[in-house]
Amino acid sequence: MSFKATSRVVGDVTVIDMDGRITLGEGSALLRDLVLQNLSQGHKKIVLNLAGINYIDSSGLGELVSGYRLMKSEDGELKLLNLNKKVTDLLQITQLYTVFDIHSQEAQAIASFHS
Amino acid sequence: MPSKAQRIEVILETLIESIALAEELGVRVAAAAGFGEDDQYKIGLSVHEGVMNAYQYGNREQRDRKIHLIFELHDDKLVIHVVDQGAGFRLADVPDPRHDENVLEDSGRGVLLMKAFMDEVEVLSSAAGGAEVVMAKRHKR
Repeated sequence: MSFKATSRVVGDVTVIDMDGRITLGEGSALLRDLVLQNLSQGHKKIVLNLAGINYIDSSGLGELVSGYRLMKSEDGELKLLNLNKKVTDLLQITQLYTVFDIHSQEAQAIASFHS
Repeated sequence: MPSKAQRIEVILETLIESIALAEELGVRVAAAAGFGEDDQYKIGLSVHEGVMNAYQYGNREQRDRKIHLIFELHDDKLVIHVVDQGAGFRLADVPDPRHDENVLEDSGRGVLLMKAFMDEVEVLSSAAGGAEVVMAKRHKR
């Protein structure tokens, strides 16, 4: 299944719901564009909801890191929500689990921006 | 006496579509070799990473260059070769993305995932001078 993403706004937080694969040539470029688009609109609080992501490669992981770096450089924050076991394993192997703020409940992820 | 390994060789064009195609082949060969679902995923992702490396860094996205993908089904393990037509690289030169200074950088995660998911990974210099990534997954019998 190819990559699909839709954005919605909850308070002052943008939640991006994603489905499919984040790989080179599938989701990576689209994910980058979405983060850039949100940033250009002044949205600096982003939650990437990975509930529907069933596959991610090193390029996709790199894109998550780029988004994180970019948001941080603009005084924004990017958090991750609803990682499945495969994605969790990949983040643990690459030590990215210690970099990202990761949540399993959307309300908790949104509230964490204000804590 | 061990039987002779079965060998499957595929020549891929340097196209982005070749990455998913190679991954799918990897999963199917792994299934045919008797690996379970979890190992099929790990082998498929390792092939994906190996071919993506050949596509991007080895062949530098030049379509006229080829990627050779070879599967060898041995009694005790599946061995996979990914051969590109680039300049080659040394495994020791790939930065470890787990180190603090590299964790937010872009390099090294593909190699790290191959090492994590396969039992053996090495990089040789192919006869033509490109990189030959050789990785193996042993059967847990």
